[in-house]
Amino acid sequence: MRGLPPALITAIVLVAGFAACAVQFPNIASTRVVGNLLTDNAFLGIVATGMTFVIISGGIDLSVGSVIGFSTVFVALAIERWGMPPLVAFVAILVLSAAFGAAMGAVIHVFDLPPFIVTLAGMFLARGASFLLSTESVPITAPVYSTVSDFALRMPGGGRLTTIAIIMLAIVIGGALLLHLTRFGANVYALGGSRATASLMGVAVGKMTVKIYMLSSLLAGIAGIVFSFYTSAGYSLSAVGVELDTIAAVVIGGTLLTGGQGSVIGTFLGVLIQGLIQTYINFDGTLSSWWTKIATGILLFAFIALQQGLVALARRPATKSAGAAT
Amino acid sequence: MENSPDSAPPLLEVRGISKSFGAVRALQEVDFTLGAGEIHALLGENGAGKSTLIKVVTGVFPRDAGVVRIGGEDIAPRSAKAAVAAGIATVYQEVNLLPNLSVAQNLFLDRQPMRLGIVREGEMRRRAKALLADFGLDIDVAAPLGSYSVAVQHVTAIARAVDLSARVLILDEPTASLDRHEVEILFGIMRQLAKRGIGIVFVSHFLDQVYEISDRITVLRNGRLVGERETASLPRLELIRMMLGRELAETTSERATASEHQARDVCASFEGYGKVGYVAPFNLELRHGEVVGLAGLLGSGRTETARLVFGAERADRGQARVEGAPVRLQSPRDGVRHGFGYCPEERKTDGIVAELTVRENIVLALQAKRGLHRPLSRRDQDEIARRYVKMLDIRPADPERPVGLLSGGNQQKVLLARWLATSPRLLVLDEPTRGIDVGAHAEIIRLIRELCDDGLSLLVISSELDEIVTYSDRVVVLRDRAHVEELAGEAIDVGNILAAIAADGAAVAHEAHA
Repeated sequence: MRGLPPALITAIVLVAGFAACAVQFPNIASTRVVGNLLTDNAFLGIVATGMTFVIISGGIDLSVGSVIGFSTVFVALAIERWGMPPLVAFVAILVLSAAFGAAMGAVIHVFDLPPFIVTLAGMFLARGASFLLSTESVPITAPVYSTVSDFALRMPGGGRLTTIAIIMLAIVIGGALLLHLTRFGANVYALGGSRATASLMGVAVGKMTVKIYMLSSLLAGIAGIVFSFYTSAGYSLSAVGVELDTIAAVVIGGTLLTGGQGSVIGTFLGVLIQGLIQTYINFDGTLSSWWTKIATGILLFAFIALQQGLVALARRPATKSAGAAT
Repeated sequence: MENSPDSAPPLLEVRGISKSFGAVRALQEVDFTLGAGEIHALLGENGAGKSTLIKVVTGVFPRDAGVVRIGGEDIAPRSAKAAVAAGIATVYQEVNLLPNLSVAQNLFLDRQPMRLGIVREGEMRRRAKALLADFGLDIDVAAPLGSYSVAVQHVTAIARAVDLSARVLILDEPTASLDRHEVEILFGIMRQLAKRGIGIVFVSHFLDQVYEISDRITVLRNGRLVGERETASLPRLELIRMMLGRELAETTSERATASEHQARDVCASFEGYGKVGYVAPFNLELRHGEVVGLAGLLGSGRTETARLVFGAERADRGQARVEGAPVRLQSPRDGVRHGFGYCPEERKTDGIVAELTVRENIVLALQAKRGLHRPLSRRDQDEIARRYVKMLDIRPADPERPVGLLSGGNQQKVLLARWLATSPRLLVLDEPTRGIDVGAHAEIIRLIRELCDDGLSLLVISSELDEIVTYSDRVVVLRDRAHVEELAGEAIDVGNILAAIAADGAAVAHEAHA
């Protein structure tokens, strides 16, 4: 399927990296570590799935980190201070974040503004709003939280597949199906190919733009809830800069930053690679955690260079077949 | 309609369409009729209104007046999508499909076969394969469209359009980037579609192809309908006359005596100058005080010649000389350095800087020639601007007004002034009177004559043959990207130019693309 070759390279890098780490620290190759890796990166996997849709459609969403932050604060305050039942709080934040994304999409389409600027404004807006709600970390003590945290599927070898990891896996699979098997997914690729052409071919570009940003923000909202489970707190400074980690994961996963090509599975692998680097640094114990950023940066460079190479290769056979037709 | 005396309405009927953009009247009372199973060529030079007509019919532009009927029913599409729904599909020269999607997705975008909200990929591929087989194409429909040649992409676009239940198919310059063999395939498909009762509008500037494929021809000129004829009974000369203008009889040359210029020195010369796939090698001599006109149809190589002469395009063969000394023209900078100036056809995009003032626009080329280290003082700038505003009678006579606010004719004069300020020895003017009202028209022509009386050498491109005949000392005629004839003195008249353009040589339009 489209976008798989670059994702295949991501998979090879992941497997090779995992093998290399396992050689140095045999303990890494255990379900326990893999389970933790999935749990630690659950929110990232969820928000990166949404970002994949946005980037394939030729856009970008810089607001997701702030939306996560806002969601954690909102959920914490709603449950702890305003006395909302947790489920009501979850539904409320999902409606809010979806509406926020839809509004950004509408602004991008109606005023024909670059997504970069609109979502940058959205980023400040959401972060500012979360400070408005509370500047302190609000611990969540609701019983649901401990129940959910305690629940986990046992994996052979003692690993735990936590609730939030399961949510993430479900969203990744659902996202992949949505992107590759539905008309909506095909339209996302069409938008990334060329908005003008897609419009001429009958795609409702405006509606699609609204839906894509709505999906991204909705998933950021879910990621926020997941993050609040992960930390058992809401804090307005949480997930600062996560939008950039997310974009990195998407690009490392083989999605073209210019749009039109990519896959959710690739993005998931990209998230795992970032998690693997983090895990390695934890095992090593002597390295500063900033090495995660450095390694991510190097990988990002490598993948962008690789994509340029692949794009150049892909252009060559086109001229060849044209020549053969003469 | 002569062959269908019954009262059945024609497939597509366009009546009295008018469209203005601001003060520019792009279409005036244009009619167009297309029958079922007919291949109808829509012809006209640049700015004749072909694209505007297509865009009005397909709902891209709203129309000011007139009606469009399909099978007798009024339609008023507001978008390309609505036009498709009404049965009109368009395939543009630049294929409007998505190269990153598979061929099958391109064919069925937004109307894929579905089951339970899931696209039936296998079914879609099977249908795509069957659809393309009708067009003689057997390819892997799961591969990205971008991995196939332009010809395959064109056929895919047509297949999609036809499959969208199109009754009218508009092909806008479909052959421009195809080679001879691919054109044959396309024509085969067009004939087959016509047999199925689809009406096809064929826009092209390759006259050989028009004669090969079309049943009927409609010619537009300056936004007006010139006429509709049966292709078989329309001689080529007559067609070109319709496209380029007035009746032969009216044009008697009123040129200034050309002979006195013959003795003048050669300003620039080009021997065997050309570029593969761009313009065939040509010889051209430009003398001081002489106007050389370039005549030919759209796409015949006029602008290409001008760009080579100026250095905007690099020649790969031949020798250029300025005042007898060999020179290399590799970039516009070289052209400017040797005292050449170039006023391009697309004034708005390639020429004036609309936001800058008249003064700033005028001194632009002079400043560039002097280099950044020697800025012109404000006083010098004012002096230069005032001189040319007066000399060329630019109105309003305010050097500080942004050029974008001036009329087309005055913008053209500003552009002229810009190059005159550099004291050039050779000035290339590409369609200097395009989009200018009649009054300013005559004035620009008068200016051209005056300038060359002062010893300037001019190379002028124009689609207006009357105009070229009026001011040229010599006329070079181009056809299919080659210089085919040079007329001088008494030989310069509209009839001879038309004859040279129409000469049915063995030259095939596609040699340039091969």
